[in-house]
Amino acid sequence: MANTFAFAESRGGALRRVAFEAVSAARALADASGGGEVHAMLAGAPGIASLAGELGKYGADMVIVVEHAGLANANVEALAATAAARIKAGGYRAAIFSASAQGRDLAPRVAAQLGVSMAADVTAFELAGDALVVKHPAYAGKVIATLKLTGSPAIVTLRPGARSAVEAAREARVESAQPTSDPGASKLVVKEMIVGGGTKLDIGDAPVIVSGGRGLKSAENFKLVEDLAAAFGNAAVGATRAVTDDGWRPHSDQIGQTGRQVSPELYVALGISGAIQHIAGMRNSRTIVAINKDKEAPIFKVADYGIVGDVIEILPVLTAAVKEARAKG
Amino acid sequence: METRFKIAASGTAVDEAGLKYDMSDFDGYAVETALQLNEKQGPGETVVISLGPDVVQEQLRKALSMGADRAVQLKAERVPTDGLVIARALAAELKGGAYDLIFFGRQAVDSANATVGPMVAELLGLPCATAVSTLDIANGRGTARRDLEGAAEIVEFALPAVVTIDEGMPRARYPSLKGIMAAKKKPLEVKPAQLGEERLTLEKMELPPERAAGRIVGEGPGAVAELVRLLHTEAKVL
Amino acid sequence: MQDFFDIDSVLSEEERAVRDSVRQFVDERILPIIGDCYVEGRFPKEIIPGLAELGVFGANLPEEYGCAGLNNVAYGLIMQELERGDSGIRSFASVQGALVMYPIFAFGSEEQKKHYLPKMAAGEIIGCFGLTEPDFGSNPSGMISMANEQPDGSWILNGAKMWITNGSQAKVAIVWAKTNGEKSDKSIRGFIVPTNTPGFTAKDQKGKLSLRASDTSELVFQEVRLPKDAILPKSGGIKSPLMCLTQARYGISWGVIGAAMACYEEALAYSTTRVMFGKAIGGFQLQQQRLAVMLTEIVKAQLVSLHLGRLKDAGTFTPQQVSFAKRNNCDIATDVAREARRLLGANGILAEYASMRHMANLESVYTYEGTHDIHTLILGQAVTGLSAFN
Repeated sequence: MANTFAFAESRGGALRRVAFEAVSAARALADASGGGEVHAMLAGAPGIASLAGELGKYGADMVIVVEHAGLANANVEALAATAAARIKAGGYRAAIFSASAQGRDLAPRVAAQLGVSMAADVTAFELAGDALVVKHPAYAGKVIATLKLTGSPAIVTLRPGARSAVEAAREARVESAQPTSDPGASKLVVKEMIVGGGTKLDIGDAPVIVSGGRGLKSAENFKLVEDLAAAFGNAAVGATRAVTDDGWRPHSDQIGQTGRQVSPELYVALGISGAIQHIAGMRNSRTIVAINKDKEAPIFKVADYGIVGDVIEILPVLTAAVKEARAKG
Repeated sequence: METRFKIAASGTAVDEAGLKYDMSDFDGYAVETALQLNEKQGPGETVVISLGPDVVQEQLRKALSMGADRAVQLKAERVPTDGLVIARALAAELKGGAYDLIFFGRQAVDSANATVGPMVAELLGLPCATAVSTLDIANGRGTARRDLEGAAEIVEFALPAVVTIDEGMPRARYPSLKGIMAAKKKPLEVKPAQLGEERLTLEKMELPPERAAGRIVGEGPGAVAELVRLLHTEAKVL
Repeated sequence: MQDFFDIDSVLSEEERAVRDSVRQFVDERILPIIGDCYVEGRFPKEIIPGLAELGVFGANLPEEYGCAGLNNVAYGLIMQELERGDSGIRSFASVQGALVMYPIFAFGSEEQKKHYLPKMAAGEIIGCFGLTEPDFGSNPSGMISMANEQPDGSWILNGAKMWITNGSQAKVAIVWAKTNGEKSDKSIRGFIVPTNTPGFTAKDQKGKLSLRASDTSELVFQEVRLPKDAILPKSGGIKSPLMCLTQARYGISWGVIGAAMACYEEALAYSTTRVMFGKAIGGFQLQQQRLAVMLTEIVKAQLVSLHLGRLKDAGTFTPQQVSFAKRNNCDIATDVAREARRLLGANGILAEYASMRHMANLESVYTYEGTHDIHTLILGQAVTGLSAFN
């Protein structure tokens, strides 16, 4: 019975939520294929082994721990070589990575090293005989493609947030391993890690995103958007391409066809007209609220709730109301 | 991308009637980055390569109009679904090229896989920086910024290298009219693509489920109370 | 706009690439600012370097003079896309290319061509075309501006011109004047007049309700002394400026299609989202009729200009054919703009919608470069052989 491999992403000595999503998905795959173990690979600076138990909570039977000082920052070449070597040696049926920034960087290298094809940014998967059938949003989310991946191992990257991490506790035994290539010999070197300021929540993780467009009229007015985000408490601030092009917000905040694709519980579009470019990035949000002064703005076609009016006038009122609602609990 | 969007009768492709192909945004930034590098640090040659049917020639010529020096079409009846197949065909073409830098867009805007660039780098044994939002090249070395979720990395590498280009890099210039005329005289070579068997295949395409229609709750600040009530009681997100 | 009649299939790849490039420039650099410029009454000079870099000035003139060397269909498509932005922008390019660079190319000496054309293509020297006078519009042959040759070969120019696009920002004016006291239009010659020559003044005409994003000026020449080499040596008679007008009119026949397309697209989009009486207004018969008529006239106008462009490239076109195209296309464009404005209802009077701006602009385009009525008489004479001009 072949086992399933999962890559557990960590950063700065802590596991990221996508690590649990990957393990959880591997667990589901193992169970659906009638058994086999889930082996998770956890790599990082010495001491990372202490996190192995957390992976057991989500269904890992074994955690391959790779500790090395040279892995303190993501060392994609060493991680790729090590993962490829372990996957090959272990005869795994499938290898699951997250389609996070790191996962998208890592998985294709592993696939190429193993000489196998891979399916990227997958939102669902199921076994079909020897093949894995997956769903993948294409054409900026306007289309859901169903793809069949054959060959072994099946390498897949999972869209962050597409499948929740589900607890399925196992006693995860730990196996220590050395990196296959010398991390110090990597040709791509991480010179510096810049962590996003303070408690700033990343738009990929935030359950609530409040996003601003040209309707805010100036970079300064984004303060009002930040105030609303603070009122929600668990919100990140996003932006449209128009506004990042003008330099009001950094490119990394851009939500849209060429920016980030997000699917939070709640997306609040402030002063955003709803160009196709932008909608492509947020159409899968569970609840969408739009505030725009133009009743005919296309954003109202995708919004669940809308208010027509001047976003600059409305924002402070909304912020106060959200604060009050949350205080009441 | 066009508003009009339908699945073709075959169920495995988009209905192309009335649709126009264009250069992917990220590919445009990649071409622009290459042109600017050669303009600032030249002389150097900018070569554009595309794998696909003859319709890609129009985009190759667009890149030539922007200022690229020559183009190569690896001819294939259709663009393969399997990124590894594409990567192997491209690597075969790139191998003898003695390129200092090989640029890809972060991902194709339609298939959205982001796999070909790093796969090509592996096949060529070259260092690879993916999804870079800034890039500096000096003295045979590159420094780039890669945005992660809530963080960023500054990476360094020696040339030759593969780089995939993300938002933050310069926008593609408009092909000037003189450039469009000059492009006609620049070499565009057509060769057959060496394609292997695909292990990732497209079974079906479908439209995502329609969202239920929403509603305008009211106008102006006066509507806020009702919105908050609905978010609490109906949507249960507050 | 949907290519309803698949006109793209009879354009070459270059022609489509040219059109797409200019369209992208207009979408990104002109549309965001043009509504405000129109209301303020300001020509956006800041886009001149971008337009020059794109290569739109004198685009159908030869590469050896620093121009793009495009064919006439490509040139027309450039005008179409510029005017899709605003008629004032296209007027700027028409004047620079067809009324300043073209006369230097057609009637100038090799030194004049080499000196002026590359700089004009690069947008470094902006020019204007001085033909129309306060009392002589439709009848340019009656002009009274006069240039008298002096014993040393220099010229003294006196007179006035009116309704001159680019006048106040031009470094150079191509001025048409009768010479040496002769009243006959046979004595008309063209002169390259640097606008900083003593005695030359240019003043903007105020109070315009049309072409507001454009400089329209009066020129006055008081004892303006011009050197011998200011004259365009191959110019002679009223035919010379009329040849320039033919070039400009050709471009205009394409330009107005762009304005009409912009209005049609705006009306169509509005009609599918504006709801009244419980449904989108595009579903009501009267609005569908408006849209159907707009579409029909735009397509017909495109086919007229496209064929004319092919004839021009073949060297077989006639000025009367150009009159036909200018007359028809300006006429339908003013109608399309007006009907679009009406479909937009109350919103249609706001500057944030383009239709009323286009509607107002197109009244000028209907009138300049030969009024609609004059072109009617040109066609009348062409088919009957009889002049109805007086």
